[in-house]
Amino acid sequence: MTSLLLRFPHAIGRGLLGTFDHVGRVSLLVAESVRALGQVRTWLPLTLREAYNVGAGSLFIVILVSGFAGAVTALQAGYQFTGNIPYYVVGSLVVESVVLELGPVLTGLILAGRIGARYAAELGTMRVTEQIDALESLGRSPASYLVIPRVLAGLIMVPVLVVIADLIGVVSGWWFARQALPLTDADFAYGARAFWHTFDAYYSLIKAFFFAGSITIIPCYMGFMTQQGAEGVGKATTAAVVMSSVMILLLDTLLAQILLH
Amino acid sequence: MIELLDVHKRFGEQIVLDGVDFTVQEGETVALLGESGTGKSVLLKHINGLLHPDSGNIVVDGKDVPSLKRKELSTLRSKIGYVFQNGALFDSMSVFENIRFGLSDLTQYNDKAYCRTRVPECLGLVNLEPDVAKKFPAELSGGMRKRVGIARAIAGQPKYLLYDEPTSGLDPLNADIIDNLVTHLADALGVTSVMVTHDVRGAFRVADRIALLTKGKIALQGTQKEFLESEDQRVQAFLERDFEDTSYAA
Repeated sequence: MTSLLLRFPHAIGRGLLGTFDHVGRVSLLVAESVRALGQVRTWLPLTLREAYNVGAGSLFIVILVSGFAGAVTALQAGYQFTGNIPYYVVGSLVVESVVLELGPVLTGLILAGRIGARYAAELGTMRVTEQIDALESLGRSPASYLVIPRVLAGLIMVPVLVVIADLIGVVSGWWFARQALPLTDADFAYGARAFWHTFDAYYSLIKAFFFAGSITIIPCYMGFMTQQGAEGVGKATTAAVVMSSVMILLLDTLLAQILLH
Repeated sequence: MIELLDVHKRFGEQIVLDGVDFTVQEGETVALLGESGTGKSVLLKHINGLLHPDSGNIVVDGKDVPSLKRKELSTLRSKIGYVFQNGALFDSMSVFENIRFGLSDLTQYNDKAYCRTRVPECLGLVNLEPDVAKKFPAELSGGMRKRVGIARAIAGQPKYLLYDEPTSGLDPLNADIIDNLVTHLADALGVTSVMVTHDVRGAFRVADRIALLTKGKIALQGTQKEFLESEDQRVQAFLERDFEDTSYAA
């Protein structure tokens, strides 16, 4: 009984220490990357190439998911609005749901899987095959070659993809609402404008920016910390996707609390 | 000169280096022997600052490595070529780019004409044809990958060369080629070399002096003669095992 009682605080203490250890190491990686920002000639071409990979490579899946999200929102709203709620409210619901929540969050979660997994696996493999050590031993900064291009590419392209997701989601919701409900374009536009604030667009972008940080920094960190061969790469990749996704949901809640109240 | 004095290193509960003293004179080639997992690679990574000791001094080229600032360490590393166990070639780059990456002087690195001359020259030094430059690491055999790793390490004309198990995983013929290469590079370039290995035969062929690392300490560091005549049981056990292997093979 006593040992059980002792085990509990021991586990909490160990968990806390582990968390602080991770936070400290991530901070060091970020500080190292900030320090390496001066090496523009190194990271700029790599960033442009990576930004193209992130943007062009993710465009199809982002369009697909946001298109379906907009459509489902419109159809489900129409299904529920069978009482006294006027149909133009569907316009408000689609635009606000897509721009405030579905566009940024779904894009963030998709990219956490697509980009985050790739970054963690790439850097993890480079770690276990000593390629990162080789970079260091050749007097090069791994941060300027590996971290800055990936993080900057994410910070640039994730907001762009979120804007595209928002647009596609709204257009798709509009089209499906018109097909499924007795709703005119003027009704939808009226509803869309009724509860619209310009800040909503900024809010979507602010979220995208924070999500981009999670999608890139966490996987880069997990990749850098990879140990123990192929198994380690697998673990790091899984952990990177899970941690990025959890961080996106935490940030989503936190930003809603801070910015919308 | 490379000098390690009373170096200690542990990973968690595991003590890897437990007061290591190790010296390499200018122009000398020293083979560091030891069983797998005794910390030979860990020791090597301390020399170019990839790992930091828990305590002890590491002096390379007159500089105390653990206390060097970022730029000073980078300058020192430009004098040290490091040959990784499996080559550690950058997968996404061609052999040409990999070797070019070894040019730590950025003026040389950005000088395309110089690179076009230097890369085939380095390939030649490791007995590889110039057309290998076009290939990617995935297209190379294990032995070729190791040789390209060596070519990258010597591209920047280093003063020191650190080899981490350059012959592990190779067949005897390729291992002999690498051993000869180590000797040739030491003679041709006049570099100071440390070769980590568990291949006693290769160590005797290549090294001016040999050191044996066991249980976190250097059991013996001396000439081949001193090594063979040593009455230290750890040294004898290590040599006997190899002799057994050799006689078995014969």
